[in-house]
Amino acid sequence: MTAFKTTIRHKVYKFHDLKALLGKASPHRSGDELAGVCAHSYEERVAAQITLADVPLKTFLNEVIIPYEDDEVTRLIIDSHDVNAFALINHLTVGELRDWLLSDDTDTLTLTNLASGLTPEMVAAVSKLMRNQDLIAVAKKCEVVTRFRNTIGLKGHFSTRLQPNHPTDDPRGVAASIIDGLLFGSGDATIGINPATDSPAAVSKLLTLMDNIRFQFEIPTQTCVLSHITTTLQLINDGAPVDLCFQSIAGTEKANTSFGINLNIIEEAYQATLSLNRGTAGNNVMYFETGQGSALSANANFGVDQQTCEVRAYAVARKFKPLLVNTVVGFIGPEYLYDGKQIIRAALEDHFCGKLLGLPMGCDVCYTNHAEADQDDMDNLLTLLGVAGCNFVMGIPGADDIMLNYQSTSFHDALYLRKVLGVKPAPEFEQWLIKQGITDDKGNMLTINPTHSLLGAVI
Amino acid sequence: MKRNIPQEIEPLKALQEFTSARIAIGRVGTSIPLKQSLDFKLAHAHARDAVYSVLDIDHLTESLRRFELPVLHLHSQITDRRQYLQRPDLGRKLNDTSIDHLRDITTMSSDVAIIIADGLSAMAISENTLGLLKELIPLLTASGYKLAPITLVEQGRVAIGDDIGHGLKAKLSLMLIGERPGLSSADSLGVYLTYKPRPGLTDEMRNCVSNIRPKGLSYKKAAKKIFYLINEAFTRKLSGVELKDNAGLLDGH
Repeated sequence: MTAFKTTIRHKVYKFHDLKALLGKASPHRSGDELAGVCAHSYEERVAAQITLADVPLKTFLNEVIIPYEDDEVTRLIIDSHDVNAFALINHLTVGELRDWLLSDDTDTLTLTNLASGLTPEMVAAVSKLMRNQDLIAVAKKCEVVTRFRNTIGLKGHFSTRLQPNHPTDDPRGVAASIIDGLLFGSGDATIGINPATDSPAAVSKLLTLMDNIRFQFEIPTQTCVLSHITTTLQLINDGAPVDLCFQSIAGTEKANTSFGINLNIIEEAYQATLSLNRGTAGNNVMYFETGQGSALSANANFGVDQQTCEVRAYAVARKFKPLLVNTVVGFIGPEYLYDGKQIIRAALEDHFCGKLLGLPMGCDVCYTNHAEADQDDMDNLLTLLGVAGCNFVMGIPGADDIMLNYQSTSFHDALYLRKVLGVKPAPEFEQWLIKQGITDDKGNMLTINPTHSLLGAVI
Repeated sequence: MKRNIPQEIEPLKALQEFTSARIAIGRVGTSIPLKQSLDFKLAHAHARDAVYSVLDIDHLTESLRRFELPVLHLHSQITDRRQYLQRPDLGRKLNDTSIDHLRDITTMSSDVAIIIADGLSAMAISENTLGLLKELIPLLTASGYKLAPITLVEQGRVAIGDDIGHGLKAKLSLMLIGERPGLSSADSLGVYLTYKPRPGLTDEMRNCVSNIRPKGLSYKKAAKKIFYLINEAFTRKLSGVELKDNAGLLDGH
């Protein structure tokens, strides 16, 4: 085992393995304190970062942080590593990788080609050496484009998931939120409902409801009910109109077990969804959600810091060529991310790490009422993510999710971002908005006509 | 909830009757109009105040006298609210004084231990505890359940009820705790029921009745539901996931 140590003012800091080093080098957050893996002083944290900077990237291929024999996510990471892509940077240390990523010569194409040569642990490591500005600057260079009925992730474009949740899944209540959202130009990433109940019958009703609206108004988007993957699989077999297959995933096998999933189950559902062949622009059919802290909350983090666990989940996502990956950053609560500062940092890390690994990253810019955060923090984060080129965020009526009881971003928030940054919806959706008289050809919102056909969709 | 709708988006107004979501709130430029923005802020302020609300132990103790049960005061290992929010592990454990206090109490074994903890909203406790217990305790005593002393716990999490129920030699613990405040529900009370409470149990061993408040699940309905679950737990000698299977019978009550 490699020795990791550094000396600062005659004090020797030793880190007994890569896992410990990654934990100590992590920017401070409550979840790592709860897990007992964080640095004990400011100096120790920087000492760990200085030490980590000198670790050769090759070390990450020889020293795994969760044993290969014990964890299928580790096996996936090691077995799918692309040595040829890695050749470009295999001589670098973590610190040198940080500088290389920021250099002007490292452009979009270079990063796209590199993605399969990076492991989650390498990416997590380098992110720990980067300031928020660095995370934004490099993520902005990445471009990850995915397609189903439209094209998501193009530079200069920014999409939203319309999230029309309702506490009792009332069809008219859900439809009302969908119509409201569409009239605000929301929903090009997907129209996706978190169901109040996971029963196949209830989920099927919601799928049919959304599919009818989509079909009736010829909306170039995809719909999704965020039910458990096994429920979706059953519904596919029953012939329900499933566009996207959803699942929450985590970065360790044990955490995924607590979600009732493993790689085989995801593969089965992935193949089943692909076989429906419902995409018209492309065939990215998976929608994954993640979030720092999920492994620890399942008591399945194995002493690994929460950010590294999170990036390992991206290896799981990457295997299935998803349309959307959403880090639900502030949902988990203050015992993992205490305040606005920690939430913002975590979101920028997740977005950067996901993009570098080649994932179509979006972010649920959100917080709960027991976190030290408010809508101002969300404004900051939303703006930063917009600058970083985030693929999509959520669109929720008034930013208030009345089913999940947390606050996210509103339809208005997306319009604000489009206006201040000059970014546009997915091209196919943009054309639809113009055709429907919702926006003009410059993207300005138009006044909705009282006889607009969408208003009749509920009643 | 009806809101003031600017003239411009009148056509959307009709949609509001189908959901309490903040739809059809209009726009100024592309932003949320001020009235709706302040509505949101006020709701968030209520939720934040609820998180930082403090149990009025004296007042609560006084109001619990009517049930003619001894009242114990205990405290978790948490020292302040900031720590409470970040260290759920310490909120699940009693501090040394409380452990000693619990050990010194010579109590006979009992059927049900009612435990009251502030959780994430002491406001929920101060507003809803008495109303719920007035409905529930008569149901329990009429059926012959023997009640342990009532315990008040400051800065407690749900699992702290396991140690307390065990210490009080109760066959079942009933934890009344303030739930995480929502934007429209800062005063929501949750009740967790655990058969054979003992240290080290996990959430799969509990049943929860949630959203107890005047505008949510009423005291009467909540008491009925809890009473049903207690009877089932004693009949089947378990609680948690396996008990849930039958709880569907309660739908629509």
